[in-house]
Amino acid sequence: MSEIQLPIYLDYAATTPVDDRVAEEMCRYLTRGGCYGNAASRSHALGWEAERAVERAREQVAALVGADPREIIWTSGATESDNLALKGAAHFYQKKGRHIVTLKTEHKAVLDSCRQLEREGFEVTYLEPEPDGLLDLDRLGAALRDDTILVSIMHVNNEIGVIQDLEAIGGLTRERGIVFHVDAAQSAGKLPIDLGALPVDLMSFSGHKIYGPKGIGALYVRRKPRVRLEAQMHGGGHERGLRSGTLPTHQIVGMGEAFRIAAEEMEAEAARLQALRERLWSGLAQMEEVYLNGHPERRVAGILNCSFNFVEGESLIMALRDIAVSSGSACTSASLEPSYVLRALGRDDELAHSSIRFSLGRYTTEAEIDHTVELVRAAVGRLRDLSPLWEMHQEGVDLKSVEWAAH
Amino acid sequence: MAYSDKVIDHYENPRNVGSMDKADHSVGTGMVGAPACGDVMKLQIRVNDAGVIEDAKFKTYGCGSAIASSSLLTEWVKGKTLEEAGSIKNTEIAEELALPPVKIHCSVLAEDAIKAAIDDYRKKGGGAAEVAPVDEDSGAA
Ligand SMILES: Cc1ncc(COP(=O)(O)O)c(C=O)c1O
Repeated sequence: MSEIQLPIYLDYAATTPVDDRVAEEMCRYLTRGGCYGNAASRSHALGWEAERAVERAREQVAALVGADPREIIWTSGATESDNLALKGAAHFYQKKGRHIVTLKTEHKAVLDSCRQLEREGFEVTYLEPEPDGLLDLDRLGAALRDDTILVSIMHVNNEIGVIQDLEAIGGLTRERGIVFHVDAAQSAGKLPIDLGALPVDLMSFSGHKIYGPKGIGALYVRRKPRVRLEAQMHGGGHERGLRSGTLPTHQIVGMGEAFRIAAEEMEAEAARLQALRERLWSGLAQMEEVYLNGHPERRVAGILNCSFNFVEGESLIMALRDIAVSSGSACTSASLEPSYVLRALGRDDELAHSSIRFSLGRYTTEAEIDHTVELVRAAVGRLRDLSPLWEMHQEGVDLKSVEWAAH
Repeated sequence: MAYSDKVIDHYENPRNVGSMDKADHSVGTGMVGAPACGDVMKLQIRVNDAGVIEDAKFKTYGCGSAIASSSLLTEWVKGKTLEEAGSIKNTEIAEELALPPVKIHCSVLAEDAIKAAIDDYRKKGGGAAEVAPVDEDSGAA
């Protein structure tokens, strides 16, 4: 067995290390010996060179998702892209209507943008997903109204990894002339995306989820049929007036290179990650009372989210100090708020609390997965030996029928 | 969250984990908390004829601080009379383990657990002559 470095990093859905090839590219656009010019400087070679680098990166991003480079707007990340898409479209189309539809399991960047729009007088419908995390199309169809101007549904969910059916959703919105925004922060470079064929109008991307740098993202804005946005950041009129601010050449070049590499390696990598994820799940599922969260098949290769019944989440995270993973409960808050995503799936609080998201990536090895299985099994076993709930379950007590002393 | 060394020690090497026979007349069982709140503590004591706690066992579903609070408590109550054990304050547990404010409820739960175990023992007819200590702080939970 090869040497395993601890902690084992299984939090690639939170962020990824920058690929060495990407970092190398980026370094060429920072210092005096490199291309440090302002891409907006039209009067000298350093500016032209920076502009060329920015445009090449725009092509690389566009190529990965089947878009025209002119449809790609640079932002500071998927959070900003989501904000620009939702607020920008809502503000532009508000004379047509003021109703927006989204999903309860969206990223906070979408949900909180919607909350803000509600404060401005827009009306938002937050749809419940099915227990497997997928959106039911009839439910979406029933929510659409004459004054609906925007639908925002993510491609891959960041917590549970389920994949929504963009083709079908976009079919419904296109039919009615409703703008369709998709947060693709977790899917770009992981799943094939062809915006030439998909009925999607706006799509958000992030650099750091796919081995690019943090602090850079992009928004796809469809040209045919044309989608309009009201700018949220005003200034020098960069990015065709949609997003002012001097372009961060090194960040953009990094994201471009990351997307280029993803386009090349995605297919092989997805197959490798899928096999590793299945190995992980088959190791964990040998334990009793372990539940997979999210649809078993319609899911991205790298994300596995499961709940360990009768074990409390925070103590589990404490026991798993050698594995860098995300937990379904917010450990640092006194209120111990369980994941809103798992709650929206109808998971009870106990199972939501004891959930762990394992997210695998480019540098995950089989040895790491095997070691993770061992560590998790040992931790869950130890905590169950300590758990009065596990003991009651073993004795055949139905915990739902117990009257717990409230405190 | 940063844990104190004492919490980590009790969490990694919990003392007195286990269960006793609930039906035994010399055993008092206290079960407090609720799964939905994120912690459940079961504390059991075995009391001799002199009203002294001879042995204590616990099982806890909860965070590291909850596990440490109950583990520490089992160490403290052994050899104590029911009266002494019933007067242990959550603040003493919190102080010993250096619990941060968001984890004070774990020590409150531990105090509730020993009180519940003593009550249960008394209800079964054990140590009927003794008077349950009254504690002003127990409403804090
Ligand atoms: C689905 C989704 N949307 C948006 C974001 C935010 O992306 P960024 O960190 O680039 O702002 C993330 C990552 O946290 C995400 O997973």
